[in-house]
Formats: sequence, C-alpha cells, structure tokens
Amino acid sequence: MILDGKAPTGPIETSWDRSCFDKKLVNPSNKRKFKILVVGTGLAGGAGAASLAELGYNVESFCYQDSPRRAHSIGAQGGINAAKNYPSDGDSIYRLFYDTVKGGDFRSREADVWRLAQVSNNIIDQCVAQGVPFARDYAGYLDNRSFGGAQVSRTFYARGQTGQQLLLGAYSALSRQIKAKKVTMHPRTEMLDLVVVDGVAKGITVRNLMTGQIESHWGDAVVLATGGYVNVFYLSTMAMGSSVTAAWKSVKKGAYMANPCYTQIHPTCIPVHGEHQSKLTLMSESLRNDGRIWVPKKAEDCDKHPSEIPEEDRDYYLERKYPSFGNLAPRDISSRSAKEACDDGRGVGPGQRGVYLDFEDSISRLGEDTIRERYGNLFEMYEKITDENGYVRPMRIYPAPHYGMGGLWVDYQCQSNIPGLFVLGEANFSVHGANRLGASALMQGLADGYFVIPYTIAPYLASITPGTVKDDHAEFKKSVEDIEAQTNKLLSINGKKTVSELHRELGQVMFENVGMGRSDESLNLALKRIPEIRDEFWNNVKVTGESKDLNQQLENAGRLADYLEFAEMLTTDALHREESCGGHFRIEHQTDDGEAVRDDENFCYSAAWEFKGAGVKPELHKEPLKFENIKLAVRSYK
Amino acid sequence: MNLTLHVWRQKGPQDKGKLVTYPAKDVSSDMSFLEMLDEVNDKLIKEGKDPIAFDHDCREGICGMCSSVVNGRPHGHQEKTTVCQLHMRQFEDGADIVVEPWLAKAFPIQKDLIVDRSALDVVMQAGGYTSCHTGGVPDANSQLIPKEIADFSMDAAECIGCGACIAACPNSSAMLFTSAKVSQFAVLPQGKAEAKVRVLEMTKAMLDEGFGNCTNHYECQEACPKGINVKFIATLNREYLKSFI
Ligand SMILES: Cc1cc2nc3c(=O)[nH]c(=O)nc-3n(C[C@H](O)[C@H](O)[C@H](O)COP(=O)(O)OP(=O)(O)OC[C@H]3O[C@@H](n4cnc5c(N)ncnc54)[C@H](O)[C@@H]3O)c2cc1C
Ligand code: FES
Repeated sequence: MILDGKAPTGPIETSWDRSCFDKKLVNPSNKRKFKILVVGTGLAGGAGAASLAELGYNVESFCYQDSPRRAHSIGAQGGINAAKNYPSDGDSIYRLFYDTVKGGDFRSREADVWRLAQVSNNIIDQCVAQGVPFARDYAGYLDNRSFGGAQVSRTFYARGQTGQQLLLGAYSALSRQIKAKKVTMHPRTEMLDLVVVDGVAKGITVRNLMTGQIESHWGDAVVLATGGYVNVFYLSTMAMGSSVTAAWKSVKKGAYMANPCYTQIHPTCIPVHGEHQSKLTLMSESLRNDGRIWVPKKAEDCDKHPSEIPEEDRDYYLERKYPSFGNLAPRDISSRSAKEACDDGRGVGPGQRGVYLDFEDSISRLGEDTIRERYGNLFEMYEKITDENGYVRPMRIYPAPHYGMGGLWVDYQCQSNIPGLFVLGEANFSVHGANRLGASALMQGLADGYFVIPYTIAPYLASITPGTVKDDHAEFKKSVEDIEAQTNKLLSINGKKTVSELHRELGQVMFENVGMGRSDESLNLALKRIPEIRDEFWNNVKVTGESKDLNQQLENAGRLADYLEFAEMLTTDALHREESCGGHFRIEHQTDDGEAVRDDENFCYSAAWEFKGAGVKPELHKEPLKFENIKLAVRSYK
Repeated sequence: MNLTLHVWRQKGPQDKGKLVTYPAKDVSSDMSFLEMLDEVNDKLIKEGKDPIAFDHDCREGICGMCSSVVNGRPHGHQEKTTVCQLHMRQFEDGADIVVEPWLAKAFPIQKDLIVDRSALDVVMQAGGYTSCHTGGVPDANSQLIPKEIADFSMDAAECIGCGACIAACPNSSAMLFTSAKVSQFAVLPQGKAEAKVRVLEMTKAMLDEGFGNCTNHYECQEACPKGINVKFIATLNREYLKSFI
C-alpha cells in the first residue's frame, strides 16, 4: 500500500500556518466533554498533557516512574536547538530546516521538518517564561553553543543538564494542571495494550506497578509519547525502564512501525568496561566543541600513556577527513569513523574499543576554569565511572546506541494509521529521517507537545462524539484477559535464565550484527538468532514472585518479550533497505573511501511495516518522499 | 572483592521488615553499586527467591529515582554522588554493607528499598511553577537576566527530587527540597509575580504532607547528591517573611 502523510502542499514557508487555519476547531465549551489519554510524561507527553489540559480537555496522564518528573528526557545533557539567530551568525528557520533535512540524509518529510524549525523559537520563549534557567552572558542575554552537523551556534543550554531543566519546566506546567484537576496523574503505571474498537483507538490497558492490578482506561483519543526503543541493544544510553512496549503493543493492534532500522549510535559515550555492565553513559556531544578526537597513528602506540605519543604520531581523524566540520561532524559519521579506527587496530583502552577525546589544547587556550565551567559535571561523571581525570589525561570514548529515529508511523497531524492514536516525540518517526542532529530531540519533543498536538488533535476530536465507548466495552475485557494470560505465562515458565541474561544475549546479537555496520550476511545471521533467543525466552526464562504484587522481574520480562519481537522487524527493515543512509550503514553500499552510498532511485521512501504475527515477515507499506524545497544531494561534510 | 550485605526486606507496606544478610562474591571494583545489587538479584532469582526490589532508572545520577541508605547515609558516603553512580571501588574488600530504604513518615515503604515519594509531587503542585499558558509569552531575550542571577537560579534548579535530604534530616524536613524550588523562581523576573503565594502554598503543603520542620542541622546539604546549598533555606525564610509585608 502507498501511504499518504497528508502534508500540506504549496509554499513550505506558509505550510503550517495555512494548515492551522484550515483545521476544524473544537468549540471551547465542548472541550471539557472530551477525555484524552496521554501516555508518557517526558518532554513530549508532559508538555502535551499540560497544554491540552490548559485548553480545557480532560487529560489522564501515565508514566512508569514514581513521578512524571523522572521521565527519560531528564537525562539529556547538551542542549536544544532553535532558529533564534541571537548570535547573528546567519541562522534562520530556513537554515534549521535545511540542516535537519540534510542531517537526516533526506529521509524525512519536508513539511514536518519545516514546522519543527518554525515553532523552535516559540519553545525557547515558552521555557524562559516557565523559569527555565538557561545559560546567560553577563549582560543577561541568552547564550548559545554549537552542536554537530551545524555551522551556526543555535543550541540553548542549561549547564550539562538541559533535558532536566526543560523537563522540570514541562513538569511544572503539568503540576499546575494536576492541581487544577484538569489532569489526573497515574504514576507507576505501565501501558501494556492499546484498545481498538472498530478500528479506532479508544483506550489502554495498564498494569499498576505497585499492586500488579491490570486496569482499563477509556479515552476519546490516545496520545503515545513513550520514548525510544534502543534498549533493544541492551547496553545503551537509555534509562533502564525505557521500552518499546507501548509502541509495540500498538503495532500488534495494527499501527505501522516506520523506519525502525534508523538507529543512532552516539559517538561520545564512556566505553564498555565489563560483563556486568547494565548501561552506557553518554558524555554530551557538546564536548566536541572543545575536545579533539584522535587515535594513535601506529597500532603499537595504543598501549602507551597518551602523553607519551607525540603530536606527529596522532591521527585526528575527523579533522583530517572532514576539514570543514572537523570534530563537529554529524553523529553517524563520527561514530563510524571511531569504529573504523578501532577495527584498524588503533583503538585505546580495554579491548581496544575506545578513542581519545582530548582537552589539552582548549585547556591551554581557555584555561581549566573555563572548561570546568562549561562541562564540569561531565568531567566529574567521567571520573566517577572510570576513575580517571579528564583534565589531565584525555578521556576515552566509544559509540553507544542512543536514539531511535524510527518509530510509529504518523501523518502530518501526528496521527498513526489507527484513527484516534496520536504519537509524539521519540516514539514517532517523523522529523529526523535517517539520522538525528544533536539538540534536536528535545526540540522535537517540546514542539510536538506544546505547539503541534494541541492543534492537530482538534480536527479528529471535532469529527467524533465524545464518550461513546467506555471501559465496559467487550474489547477492554478481552485486552485485560490477554494481558493476564501473558503475565501468568511468564510466571509459569520457571526456567533457568534470568531476564537480564537473555536481554544481554539479544543486545549482543543486535549490536554486532545490526549496529554501526550492517551486511546482508550479518542481518541474516541476526534474523536467525533472534527467534532462537525468543524461543529460549518463552521456554527457559525464570521470573519469580507473583502477578498481583510489585514485581520488577515481571516488568522487565514483559519489556523483553516485546523487544524480542520488535528486534526482528528492525532487522527486517535493515535487510530490505539496500542503501546506506544516516544511521543505517550497509557495508555493501559505500564508496571506495568508505562514505555512505544512498540510493534515491529505489529507496526514497519511508518504510512502514505492518505486523503479521511473531516470526512472520511483516508487510511493507511505502510513503514516497518528495523533496521540493531542498534538492536531493549527496550529504557531504568534507 | 567479596562483601557481606545486610539488606532491608519488607514484603509490603503493611508488613514488618527486617535486615537479611546476603553474600556478594567476586564483585568487580568497576561495578556501580546497583550493578552489584543486580548480580545479587540474579543469584537470588536462580535460587527461586524474591529479588531485592529497589528503584532506579537513569543510572546516571539525574532522574532521582534511586534511593537507598548505604551504611547509614542516603546514597552512601561518597560526596555528591547518587547511589547509582556510587562505584564499588569506594568500598574495602571484605566490608559489611547495610542497605536500607529512605526512612521518613512522609515516605511510606512499599517494598524492600522502595518508598512512596508522591508527597514531593504534592509540594510541587502547590506552587512550583509560573502560571504561564502555552503560547502568548514574550520573546526569550525581552527580559535580561544577568549571569549571576541565572547561575543562582540554576544552582537551585539542579535538585533531582530524590528525597535524600529528607532521609538525612533528623526531623524529616523537606526544607532543602522546597527552598530550592522557591529560590529558583524567587530571583527570576518570571517568578516574581507569584512569589508570595508560592512560598506560602509550598511551605503549607510541605507541612500538610507530614514533613517536619527545619532546625538547622544541615544534614540535608551533606546528603544532597547535587550539592544543593543550605543558603536556599535562608532565601526561603526571607521570601516567607517578605510575603507578610
Ligand atoms: C543521555 C542522553 C542525553 C541526551 N541529550 C540530548 C540533548 O542534549 N539534546 C537533545 O535534543 N536530545 C538529547 N537526548 C535525546 C532526548 O533526551 C530524547 O530523545 C527525548 O527526551 C525523548 O523525549 P520523549 O518525551 O519522546 O520521551 P521520554 O522522555 O523517553 O519519555 C517517555 C515517557 O513515557 C513513559 N512510558 C514509556 N513507556 C511506557 C509505558 N509502557 N507505559 C506508561 N508509560 C510509559 C515513561 O514513563 C516516560 O514518562 C539525549 C538522550 C539521552 C539518553
Ligand atoms: S537511577 Fe537516576 S539518579 Fe540514580
């Protein structure tokens, strides 16, 4: 089937304004008749729930943590982009639009990206009004820094804790609406199923994580803002509880999953140091503003103390290969270059899977105090984990799974192919194409939540009668029974392996075969291994405890069960996409000097997959991509 | 390294809890404290026993979810470190380690090391915001905020809401937590309009939720993994007095 994203046509500059004007509205006094379920309280869900409630809708909000303030967005460090052009360095909405489309390697929908760039400026205004303490200069103006993939300074930040501050801003807006009784908050509640009645999303089934009760919630619309899926790699920079469950359960109810193979492996993470490791820690990419990345030129130097390696024996490979962007080359390119250097036997640290990130030059240029002021908390974190001091010895970094550009397929209104199901933030696939630029996820989350969904949900609500289906409908009952059956099954297997052992096995298969370099051979190997691990899981996992109780093993088991199905779809997508673009690098498709080769003739589309059963090949639906404003071109950062 | 753990086990909110001893063998000094607990749990599961329940999520020291008292100190003895960022190299081989949940009247224990901290959300709902509506706000640079003010506000805003300050306080006071939010807004032009109501409502909610009063022990600052300074308590007190003028 050919999918239509229903993006507005005509001049891109006015596309969003025209589309807002054309939309049907819900009369103010009718808004309170609607109930909207918003799953997720990160930037997208928190901002969305608060803004919808301010408009007068009744909102029920859900998260699995004990407080909405702890959503994974809290961990974002570096910053958020906007086209304010405060430094007057040539930025504009058009340039942010251009950079994002190009950065995404021409695999996103132009109109969606334009809208994002346009509302980016409103986000900064909104956050400042909320009291978000962004970095300022002595005169009191907002400060900016640079991020990868851009030649202007457009990133706003709050020390190394930008995500925290933005999320606390959204959380404060949400708290105000909870107080006003326009939002009912359900923390420690995990969505385990989407309820679809006659093809339309009408509610969700959840587990109360404190009591284990399975409960139903009805709504006139369901908004998912449940974050990303890269914990499919087990070790990643995601929070431990991040899962694909909400999205995957929706896929099993008919929603399409788009471009799952576009995964971002972030270049600046602390390398893996042991078997027992449970997660990987990101060091914000902003470090690349002042740090220089290098490896020894000669493999025999790798074990030496870095200070013993003279300047002429160091290979500053990003500066060498990409002179105009240098250490600020986009993430996919930087990560792949690090992998190549290590594959070439020139990696440093344990297992030689690491490259240096060196601050010596900037410390001598700017002084240690300035560097501490800019990145102090990152240096502290590095030292806590590695026991090494980054001010005196170059840090060691290595790429780690970080972000999923893919997600549930949505049209221009952020509505999935299931009417009534809307998807925001990292959980959808919309704006980043095959690669996300730094500081653009926070921008997308808040854009979707504050400035997009309040408008785009209205036409749908205006077209339905509120409250027609409630949780006494048979579909709700059936969904509860299905979830209870799955729970009981998990508890009854009583095998020999723990959930984390099996998750680690899946992660290894995925990182090695579906990671930074993918080939026909590696992908087919993964497609063989994933069902084997899934079978082992359903026959040999051991989950202790009871269903009607706080049971963290059961939570983890349910999440892994979904990853074990989703992994296969991700890999199938990667195998079908016979080109290299952004975060998806097929080693069969590269130039002689190792640059990605995209195939616009055959693959200029978004791939939306329809679930056909576990272990059955999903069906492909294509949404062709048209580039009317930015000419399709080879993405070059040389 | 080999360690002996004494962990608080409690089946549910109504049950009586007790310390149970577990060996933790072959622990690598590069492990984080929670990774060490993961390994202990994997062993317990294989023996068919209920693993130790503990809260955690980001494991990067920022979400504020992790919450254990280690050897009598919230988040353990390392300065400015959450328990998820505490690494085993901070302990001696052969050590005995006591692991307990936050203990405070306002934080009822749910299971093992997990407590209910929703009282903190209630304090925030009482006034931890500026009442701006989405959209219709002025340009971000229209009000200048000098760096020192922005920095002061940010120092306060760094609070991760973990509740260690309350667990450390002999009165279980939430003064550091509340004062950090009040102070963040008090110095910003955007926060001034509602400063009076905010400080009154938030302190009232704090007491209503069962948190104690502050009698200047300053244990909170010692325990805070983000180094939130007690000077913010002075700011809160000033704001509180000002609200009556
Ligand atoms: C370490 C790190 C640093 C980063 N730094 C930056 C940066 O500097 N700039 C930038 O732009 N981006 C950054 N990112 C990316 C960015 O933080 C995320 O992409 C973004 O915050 C995602 O926001 P979200 O609202 O879509 O989802 P999340 O913040 O992930 O929120 C998901 C929400 O959904 C809930 N949820 C999930 N599943 C369920 C379920 N089944 N039932 C109920 N609730 C559920 C969770 O409880 C949570 O509330 C970083 C990411 C990481 C990991
Ligand atoms: S787990 Fe997030 S702060 Fe410790």
